[in-house]
Amino acid sequence: MADTSAQGPGTVEALSLVPKAEARQSMKDFKSDQEVRWCPGCGDYAILAAVQGFMPELGLAKENIVFVSGIGCSSRFPYYMNTYGMHSIHGRAPAIATGLASSRRDLSVWVVTGDGDALSIGGNHLIHALRRNVNLKILLFNNRIYGLTKGQYSPTSEVGKITKSTPMGSLDAPFNPVSLAIGAEASFVARTVDSDRKHLTDVLRQAAAHPGTALVEIYQNCNIFNDGAFEVLKDRQQAEEAVIRLEHGQPIRFGADGSRGVVRDPHTGDLQVVTVTPDNASRVIVHDAHTASPTTAFALSRLADPDTLHHTPIGVFRSVDRPVYDTQMADQLDAAIEQNGKGDLASLLAGGDTWTVVG
Amino acid sequence: MTSKVSSPAEQADEAVVGEQRRPPGAKDVRRLDRVIIRFAGDSGDGMQLTGDRFTSETASFGNDLSTLPNFPAEIRAPAGTLPGVSSFQLHFADHDILTPGDAPNVLVAMNPAALKANIADVPRGAEIIVNTDEFTKRAMQKVGYAASPLEDGSLDGYNVHPVPLTTMTVEALKDFELSRKEAERSKNMFALGLLSWMYHRPTEGTEKFLRTKFAKKPEIAEANLAAFRAGWNFGETTEDFAVSYEVAPASKTFPTGTYRNISGNLALSYGLVAASRQADLPLYLGSYPITPASDILHELSKHKNFGVRTFQAEDEIAGIGAALGAAFGGSLAVTTTSGPGVALKSETIGLAVSLELPLLVIDIQRGGPSTGLPTKTEQADLLQAMYGRNGEAPVPIVAPRTPADCFDAAMEAARIALTYRTPVLLLSDGYLANGSEPWRIPELDELPDLRVQFAQGPNHTLDDGTEVFWPYKRDAGTLARPWAIPGTPGLEHRIGGIEKQDGSGNISYDPANHDFMVRTRQAKIDGIDVPDLEVDDPTDSARTLVLGWGSTYGPITAAVRRLRTAGERIAQAHLRHLNPFPRNLESVLKRYDKVVIPEMNLGQLATLVRARYLVDAHSYNQVNGMPFKAEQLATALKEAIDG
Repeated sequence: MADTSAQGPGTVEALSLVPKAEARQSMKDFKSDQEVRWCPGCGDYAILAAVQGFMPELGLAKENIVFVSGIGCSSRFPYYMNTYGMHSIHGRAPAIATGLASSRRDLSVWVVTGDGDALSIGGNHLIHALRRNVNLKILLFNNRIYGLTKGQYSPTSEVGKITKSTPMGSLDAPFNPVSLAIGAEASFVARTVDSDRKHLTDVLRQAAAHPGTALVEIYQNCNIFNDGAFEVLKDRQQAEEAVIRLEHGQPIRFGADGSRGVVRDPHTGDLQVVTVTPDNASRVIVHDAHTASPTTAFALSRLADPDTLHHTPIGVFRSVDRPVYDTQMADQLDAAIEQNGKGDLASLLAGGDTWTVVG
Repeated sequence: MTSKVSSPAEQADEAVVGEQRRPPGAKDVRRLDRVIIRFAGDSGDGMQLTGDRFTSETASFGNDLSTLPNFPAEIRAPAGTLPGVSSFQLHFADHDILTPGDAPNVLVAMNPAALKANIADVPRGAEIIVNTDEFTKRAMQKVGYAASPLEDGSLDGYNVHPVPLTTMTVEALKDFELSRKEAERSKNMFALGLLSWMYHRPTEGTEKFLRTKFAKKPEIAEANLAAFRAGWNFGETTEDFAVSYEVAPASKTFPTGTYRNISGNLALSYGLVAASRQADLPLYLGSYPITPASDILHELSKHKNFGVRTFQAEDEIAGIGAALGAAFGGSLAVTTTSGPGVALKSETIGLAVSLELPLLVIDIQRGGPSTGLPTKTEQADLLQAMYGRNGEAPVPIVAPRTPADCFDAAMEAARIALTYRTPVLLLSDGYLANGSEPWRIPELDELPDLRVQFAQGPNHTLDDGTEVFWPYKRDAGTLARPWAIPGTPGLEHRIGGIEKQDGSGNISYDPANHDFMVRTRQAKIDGIDVPDLEVDDPTDSARTLVLGWGSTYGPITAAVRRLRTAGERIAQAHLRHLNPFPRNLESVLKRYDKVVIPEMNLGQLATLVRARYLVDAHSYNQVNGMPFKAEQLATALKEAIDG
């Protein structure tokens, strides 16, 4: 994976405490006996298949894998994985998963959430999970609409969206989940698309290997309430101008024959898309997901037009090593034992000032 | 049975306990059976510390005691104002006592605001020690004294000791290289020294405390010690204090054992650590700071060497969420909060009811609604605990009755949560949390065994003979479901807040199944094994029963004693379990002509009792942020007996 991988140097640490599977696994091992109940044609099916297909690659004991979700269409996900799972309440999955991951470092904990779940009702938990850098992998299915409540606009919907709750168009500016995550001190941020299984799998692979919180935004089509929201990224023709594939260590070029590229404006410091010429070819930025500063990753996240989705980067924006919360929490427990000895209940209860009553 | 103040030789850990210090000289010494002292001053005057130290001295001497800290919610309210007054009341005696006392025998007033805010509680004849240095015209005007109360005769009938505490403290510290302001800050230690002399308190503990507290600033430690000793010596030499007092140790009160002084929040914290050890499960606390519960978070965060994980969350919801996640993973999980936090946690408590995982929700109640009175006590969250969730979501409720009892209540809450796989609400309150009393330290082998068995393998055979794991197949006795933690091979399963099929735990919208599951969850809680209610009815001939719960135990018991001493017949019972109620509660209630329920709310237990048992329970209420006074309760109960 060497050059093109956005895998950080801490790869082994992320899963080192999780027991390995004894036997070779297949996709079938990760399918539960429950009937999948998403709408026919939903993008969630493709993501589920990709995740089930990817899991055997990790080679982890499946009893040590846990999927935790909130509420929404995507949050039914755990029921379909033959691992441990919890379908919790709206927006709270990152908090619940934080408790699980920080108390059980032998588990591989995944959060499945949606744009409403993670960015509206659960926004607070999401940003705090990201800043803490708990060992969680958060899959944010973004379909830019509320599906389970039947079609209201979401915090990622474009301004002016006509929905049941906004007959004259929505007024609020949307979140860009990647920008938000980078602003929230996330150590790993990526974006991928439901229908591109190869890309999705590759991003999952890098996320799984990342020690700390990984946020993966997955553009997901809701064919009932927001059909075609990402069509521009999926249609081969249109995608040439719309999609910018980020690969660590590679110049950021896209379009037909790599005719387009991303350069830094020498005056503003901002990024801009240009047609690559012999004159400016050397100015095309080489993607560095591991750089400590989030500045360029953030600037990349701002390239996309929220309405047309033109110039949408996909891939790993940022993957840096940062202290992992649960590791440090465990280290403090060890340090406390080292400093004070293992806790002795009798002496704790007795404290310092006692007196004795004798019979 | 004899009691003795232990000599240093008996103290394995060399804790300084000390002999009672007897002031030499010819001054009179009078013996008292009990004393109530109230220290009052500005929020920044260190009254809570002064009270704490006097309490520790008193505890180590072997008196029974009960305390009532009372302070404003503001960290530093404007100096010298009535809202900025902070006080600490201590009741100590040579016999067993139950409350911090109704009316102080001694008031220490560090400024005019402290005098004005507290004088109404102090009966004529009591001693008042005032810091005359602070009685300036401006300071008196600030709180509405037109003339000096020290001179206008308004304190006639009190035994007033005017002491220039600030000046004398500064004078005592003149050899230290301290600014006047720094020196003045030790005036609380001067006051503590004076009171310690008046009541013959041992002083070694305070001296050791000051040296430890200011270990990094030896100059400050020595200055405080000098002020403390100056206060003592002042009492011994000045003619204004002609008498000192002895209050003998409460030798006959306490059963044999080793004792310490403990506050409710500390006892609760220790109860949680002990429960973790007895259950052989790691303790996980998810919490968000809130008064008056934060001390539990602080305390537990000190005990990482017990394997205790404390997680300060981004909000109340994340606090309980993380705890619930840890419970899924096999920890003894706890969240601590107060009423406003319980409101935010309600949805997650409901999820825990549905998931049927063990979880302790500790509510240190305070005055409500909304932000209410953050530092004052109330017990108005009972109905919130009982009913404050969507759907039929029954949760067991346990309430401690005294500060030390918080230890046992925490263990009991853990027992119920672990045995029945359910969230449990523990309702303490601000009075218990901050108040303190002597506690007989239990031997470890007295503690209950709380160990549980995680599910290890399949528990169900399908029709085709396949062995499977059913997460909602229940224990026939307790109706608890198996606790199968991640990492257990073959038991992979999914749980969630959507209604589940009985047994298999799969999603089910079947009407009959939902009806069954609702009733089963209720039956599980109703069937929790709780001890019968004990009734204290010495003559077995009372016609009136007083029933209480939680922190009203002390004042109710004190009131009942007064009535019995006066020849009245009254029965008393106090509930630890509010849900489910003890099995015999109905028969107990129906044995009496009258049932009186005093509560620091508008009648929440009375509402439950009336609805459940069709008993015409009479409610007696007070919601002023303070515990009941025994005298006032005795009067109310007398009226009930006679009425």
